[in-house]
Amino acid sequence: MTMKKKVILYTLLTVSAFLMFFPILYAFLISFMQGGEVLKGRIIPSDFSFTNYSAAMQKVPLLRYLFNSFVVASLIMAGQVIFCCLAAFSFTFIPFKGRNILFLIFISTMMIPWEATMVPNFQTIRSLGLTDTYFGLSVPFFAMAFGTFLLRQQFKTIPHEMYEATQVAGVSRFQFLWKVVLPVSKTTLVTLAIYSFLTAWNMYLWPLLVTNDEQMRTVQIGLKQMQSQEVSTEWGVVMAGAVLVILPTLILLFLGQKRLQEGLTRGAIK
Amino acid sequence: MIAVKDQIRVRPKSKRRFSTLLEGLLYLLPSILLFAVFLFYPMFKTIYLSLFLTDAQGNTQTFVGLEHYIQLFQSTSFLSSLKATVLFVLYTVPAGVLLALGLALLANQKLKGIGFFRTIFSSTMGMSVAASSVIWLFIYNPTIGIANTIIKTFGMTEMQWLLNPDTALLSVALPTIWMNTGFSFLILLGGLHNIDSSLYESGKIAGVGDFYSLRKITLPLLSPTLLFIVTVSLINSFQTFGQIDILTKGGPMESTNVIVYSIFKDAFVNFNIGSASAQAVILFTFILAVTILQFKWGEKKVHYQ
Repeated sequence: MTMKKKVILYTLLTVSAFLMFFPILYAFLISFMQGGEVLKGRIIPSDFSFTNYSAAMQKVPLLRYLFNSFVVASLIMAGQVIFCCLAAFSFTFIPFKGRNILFLIFISTMMIPWEATMVPNFQTIRSLGLTDTYFGLSVPFFAMAFGTFLLRQQFKTIPHEMYEATQVAGVSRFQFLWKVVLPVSKTTLVTLAIYSFLTAWNMYLWPLLVTNDEQMRTVQIGLKQMQSQEVSTEWGVVMAGAVLVILPTLILLFLGQKRLQEGLTRGAIK
Repeated sequence: MIAVKDQIRVRPKSKRRFSTLLEGLLYLLPSILLFAVFLFYPMFKTIYLSLFLTDAQGNTQTFVGLEHYIQLFQSTSFLSSLKATVLFVLYTVPAGVLLALGLALLANQKLKGIGFFRTIFSSTMGMSVAASSVIWLFIYNPTIGIANTIIKTFGMTEMQWLLNPDTALLSVALPTIWMNTGFSFLILLGGLHNIDSSLYESGKIAGVGDFYSLRKITLPLLSPTLLFIVTVSLINSFQTFGQIDILTKGGPMESTNVIVYSIFKDAFVNFNIGSASAQAVILFTFILAVTILQFKWGEKKVHYQ
């Protein structure tokens, strides 16, 4: 690579990185500003004090919201990983009649937009008395076609001879799943887990519908609430709230970026 | 005698086949059950509800047939909602995919410190709709937000980004593109990694330029991944809700009242559940049509390695 090309590339990379990251950086900087500074339209805060953060915690039960989101996202992550593993295993290693048709039905569920079913789903959860519960917030999302597909792609890379050998040795299918399939599929499982957690943490419409109780709100809805209450004057506090909401997922993403990229591509194109 | 022998041989086999079927279904049972309760049943229920007048609780009262659909296609409000949805898709999908592709091509270079740039480019994948929207609401703030500060330094006059019906939809599209870039970038970068690098080597030996190898090697081999990203972006774009709810609430003058927001408002604010269900069925039809078209088109144009 020539020097000139290198310079051009680094310039392009730096400029785009700055533009892409700017909104996040901006929120971070505003979150340290006091009311007056924000109104002057400044970009760099005069000092980095955490008063906005403690104010954000006092204004709304932010820690409670964070805890709720953590519970809901973890439940959905665990549910999706378990349900998808079982389904993908059946689709790969159990040669029963009608398997292909069932698989097609699974895949076709990706075409049903979740929003088109939200009214009856809301009615179901309400009639079961499950509004404002972790159960109602998480269980409807446990089954996922994309995850099943992703894991099936991975399971298919396991040599079939291995499966046949365990069958001859009289090992049960479940033991084969537990002792062989899962350990060799670790990367894909981690990918799916990160993806599930991120998506669940960022859910917006469903928690908006099924939570009324202040104590059960997830952090996304809490942030919206905070923003509509704290209009104009307290932007610093609202931004502190926003930073607290994105911090967990940003950290998760920074740690898992490489894995996520490798694992997701595998499911997307093969 | 022969028949009896055959029976003896056949029975355990068919029994085994049956137990295989049972076991196969057992593993699928949790997912099938959930899909049935939270996807197939509500989809049929939505279609059913769209044919009825209901009370505020959603209990059906009178059968009205296709009346809701007829009314929707005669209502200016719904037609403007459809228009907003289609425009929004056109604003966000091509620009979003091109941006992500550009970033992925840049980040696919073998340079020192490239990992840092990759992390930054994928960072918006960790951004929630709520947090992103709150940040952009501030960016667009007419008096203290940075959007107006920037355009003023370029000598333009201040704008009422989200309050002007002419610019509101575009102003919501911009953060949406930004938010979706992280995911698309990550997938496209992965797609680029999977392209056999020996192809580029032989291209280099043959003396072809960068632009030529991009057009003749990279893009054709990336086309399955591109197709996937376009489909996902399209479907996501049709389902936009959170940023509308926080940034504009469907206004001003219904210019950003995209279909999911309209469904939400009709179902949970106006309690007109029949009409909301009819809109949901229309949304479903849209997405189904788009997906089928994509795959039809994909079969012809996409190159698989």
